[in-house]
This record gives sequence, C-alpha cells and structure tokens, in this order.
Amino acid sequence: MNLSQTLLGVTFANPTILASGIMGITASSWRLVAENGAGGITTKSLWLKEHKGHNNPTIISTEHWTLNAVGVPDAGPEKAREEIGDFMKKKPVPLIANIIAESVENFAATAEAILPLKPDFFEVNISCPNVEDEFGKPFACSAPAAAAVTKAVKKVSGKTPVLIKLSPNVDSIAAIADACASAGADGFTVINTVGPGMAIDLRSRMPILANKVGGLSGPGIKPIAVKCVADVFGVTKGALPIIGTGGIYTGEDAIEIMLAGASLVGIGTAVGDRGVDVFAKICDEMQLWCTNEGVDEISSLVGGMHRELSQRNAPTRKPSRSGRTRS
Amino acid sequence: MHQLASRPVQGELGHNLITMSSIPLQSRLPKTYRIKAIKQETEMVRTYTFDGSLGARPGQFVMLWLPGIDEKPFSVAFDNGAETKITFFAVGPMSEELSQCCVGDLVGLRGPFGTCYEWKHGQHIALVAGGYGAAPMYFVAAETVHHGCTLEVFVGARSKEHLLYLEELESLPHVSLHVATNDGSMGFKGFNVQHLGKMLEAVQGKKRLKGNKGGDLDPIDQVFACGPEMMLKAVSELTAKYKIPSQLSLERYMKCGYGLCGNCVVDPLGIRLCCEGPVVKNDACMKIEEFGKYHRDALGKKHAF
Repeated sequence: MNLSQTLLGVTFANPTILASGIMGITASSWRLVAENGAGGITTKSLWLKEHKGHNNPTIISTEHWTLNAVGVPDAGPEKAREEIGDFMKKKPVPLIANIIAESVENFAATAEAILPLKPDFFEVNISCPNVEDEFGKPFACSAPAAAAVTKAVKKVSGKTPVLIKLSPNVDSIAAIADACASAGADGFTVINTVGPGMAIDLRSRMPILANKVGGLSGPGIKPIAVKCVADVFGVTKGALPIIGTGGIYTGEDAIEIMLAGASLVGIGTAVGDRGVDVFAKICDEMQLWCTNEGVDEISSLVGGMHRELSQRNAPTRKPSRSGRTRS
Repeated sequence: MHQLASRPVQGELGHNLITMSSIPLQSRLPKTYRIKAIKQETEMVRTYTFDGSLGARPGQFVMLWLPGIDEKPFSVAFDNGAETKITFFAVGPMSEELSQCCVGDLVGLRGPFGTCYEWKHGQHIALVAGGYGAAPMYFVAAETVHHGCTLEVFVGARSKEHLLYLEELESLPHVSLHVATNDGSMGFKGFNVQHLGKMLEAVQGKKRLKGNKGGDLDPIDQVFACGPEMMLKAVSELTAKYKIPSQLSLERYMKCGYGLCGNCVVDPLGIRLCCEGPVVKNDACMKIEEFGKYHRDALGKKHAF
C-alpha cells in the first residue's frame, strides 16, 4: 500500500515526521533519520540570535515518561544556513523549519531569515513549556497572542505554508486553533509537551532537572495528544492539515492519531526507546495493519473517527464504515 | 516497550544482571549514591568509588549528576557488579566542583550508556591509554585477562607524576606494560602512539623474517585506545597503516545519553556517539570527517581541536 501523503502542495513518502527537538541539530543527523524511514524531518527550534539552553540534566526518563528542559539552545541563523543549506543540496525528504522567538516581531524576523533556505513548511513554536516564564506561555496560551504571531509570520512567509505548534496546557485548544486559523494559519502541529512536570531525587531532595521543571512526553501523553488533535480537527472542520504528535510509538498509535484528524504523525521520544529506525518500524506496522483491515488509502484514515461519529449520529442511520460493530 | 524498567541495579542483583549482555539494562533517571571511597591518584586526578553497580561494560559511560550543579558524561573506570568507580581530571567547572566532594556526599548516576570494547577469547590486544584514558583501559584489561587475552598496555602522560593506574595494571597477569612520557621522566621519551608504532614495526619486521612465530612479538589482533582525540587520530592512522583492527573511544558534548537530543551526532555519518559510540571501530572512525578536526558545543556550534 502507498503510504504517501500530500498536503499543502508537499508530498511526503510516508506520514512519519521527525518531531522538533529530537536529533535535529545537524544535516548529518537529519539525513540519518531520513535513511531510517522518516517521511519528513523537523529542525530543532531556530532563533534569530544565538540562544543558550539550560544546564544538564536536561533530559531524563523512565519507561512511562520523559521530562525535558533543554532550554531551546541554538547557535543562530548562520548555523541554520550552513546545516539546512547542506541538507537541501540533496534533499532526501521534505524539511520543516521550526522557528521560535520571544516577541511577535522576532517570530516574523526569524521566518524572514529562514525563508531564503526554502523550507517546505514553517512550524511556529509558540508552545515550548521550558521558556514559559519569559515567552512560551503568552503566545500559546492566549488566543489573541497566538493569532498575532500567526498573522505576523504569515505576512512574511510568502508561499511557504505556516503550521502553528499548539500547547495542550490550555483551557481550550480549540479556541486557540480557531483564532490561529482566522489569522491565516495553514495548519497545525498538535501537541507540544505536557505539563510542565517535575521529578525529585529522594536522597538529595533536589529537583533532578537543572531547570527544575520540564515538558512531559512519551507513551503516557498519547491520549492527550489524540484528544487535542480531535479538538483541532473538529473546530477547523478538517480544513487545515495537522501533524499529530505526542506519545506515538507504534503503527497503531499513528493510525489512532490519524483517525483523530492528523495527516502526518510526529515521532520524538520513541526514537530513544525503539531506536532511530522507529520510522521504518512504524511504517511497516501501519502497512501490516492496513493490509489486515483492508484499508487501501492511508488518507482515508485521516479524521475517520469524526466521520464515523457523524454517520452514527445522522437522523437516517447509514451503515458505518466498519460495519461489523453494529451488525 | 523495548526499554526496560528504569532501575540502577545494585550489589548481588547487579552481578547477576551483567551477564545478560544482550539486554540493554539502562537507567535514564539518575539515582544518587554516596561516595564510599576517594583516592587521590595525582594532583589533578581522583577516583571515587560508589556502592552499587549499573552493570557497565568496559568503554561505556554514565551521566554523573552533581545536584544543583550540572551533569556530564564520565567513562566508567570500573564496575565489578557491586561497586562502580569513576576516575576524573579536575579540568572544568563541573569536575572542579566534583573534586571538592567528600566521602558520604551524594552523586547521581544514570546509565550505563553506549557501546563497549569487544574482544574474542585469547586475543593479543594492545591497549593505548592517554592521560585519564588509563582508567577505562584498566577496566578493559581486568576483563580481557579473564578471557585468556594477553595485553600490551601503552600508558602515556606528560610526565611521570601524571601517569595513572600503573600499579593496578602491573598487578594483572598477562600484561606487559609500556610506559611513555613526553619529557622522558619515565619509560620511552615521546608519545605512547610512537611507542606503539615501534612495536608494530618490530612485529611486522619479525613476521617478514620468521613468519608468525615468537613470544613477545606475536601479531597484535586488535588495538583499543582511550585518550585525547589527537592521540586517537594517530592510533587510527597507525592501525590503518598496519591493517590492524582498532576500537577508539570518542568524546562529544552530551545531554540525554541515549540518542534523543542529537548533540553528539558526528559529521557526516549522523551516528550518535552516545548510542553508536563512544567506542567506535576504526572502519567507522575513518569515515567521520570531523574526527580530529572539530567538535560541537551545547548549542551545536563547531570548535576546532
């Protein structure tokens, strides 16, 4: 079966995308991820100027969760030009440039600085929980702020589609998505990390992360991601594509978040647990599931839950897609 | 789930578990241990002993956390299933802070991470240790002699007082020690790699004359090295020249330690030195273009060696 997905004019050989912040610092790293089956890659967040991260420990985990507070370190646009330029010479898969800034104006300025490198999409990180005191919270947690960033980036982004990366740590992700959509967003990445959370060492009685708190990822957050994707798909009536990400480890996880409304699937924490070839593994698992279930088109899965629900709720009950459950 | 439960294994339990080498036992959450013993090796170098094992193999590293300060990768100097040792140079802010610790102080450990040295029973192996690279090399030596290996150990330092682990290495059976100092205050005057070069030349000469016979000059099956990158580069070139397989322990800035953050990825292969390293076979090392040329900092910026 063909796993390829085309959205906003860009074709991805399969729906698995390297999520931002994972193995995302150099062209060599992106190439390795592409060789291991990813349909696309996302850069680590790019700043307008050099930005220092937090001290270690920055990433810790158990089998249930990962906490990270790397602090979004970046060497600035000169390094971005070198690494993205290198990757683009023989671009194996589409590249999504993730951008971050501390002000609305600088989101636009960063997009302008990166635009000449011809990324396939912009992904606008308004939702990093690790910088919330200074920046993250105002943008991703307020509909007017999120809309203002969207509008400012859209103004300078030309034909490059702009995805807004949303935070799950809000009262209504649908309200934020709706405001961004009205401001011109072309799509969304749903979700950034959850929390933040904290872990304490018993003997020293100290928080383990140098930043004390960090964003939560890993298998346990998948239900939150699935719910948020469903909310965003619902409020936009499926008109804007979504990269669904958060706790995706297997082909079945990927299919689940696609049924909630994702067109592409971000893979992050799973790289540490299933290896860098997790992309190829997830694709194999999706293939197998689709073959067993008689699904011919991967795109037919996108938003499948919403269609099933509306069919069941329709006044004249039509046979459901799956049929068997109501026979 | 491929990853096993996060649990630093200790004492006897740890001893049982290290035999399960195919299963990646790895703690990704630091657990604090009290420093059990401190040995001042040289003016700048100390060894700390912790009561507990992470099941580390020679060549692997742990992330060592000083609560409230920082966390950095350290080679495991020894792990016998009951105790773990770390030998370090007080060179940077973190290791200087670490050197102020006393017996009973708490230090967090997580791991073990990365690849280890690999050998076959009964091999004749040359170990090349530069500076504090002597510590993990002693760990290798202690394990390999149990597997019937004979060792030529090349220990090098600036001068006599900076040499490490000489007594420990000398106490092992089947070990011939070859000391080199830059100033000639002990042993061969010069770099330990030059010293190794002379031996390989002699071995080759003898091979030409008498074939593969002769006690001390039996062919070397493998070379293992740990030390400064320019020393490793020299070992890489030398062993390639003599067509002897070698395994080198490379070092890069690390954050997660298990392949997520991408900070230790090397150009152009894209391999992560915390997963596909730190011990890398020379065939792969020779494809790493940045090897001996540059490394990246926490921001991903390049710095020349």
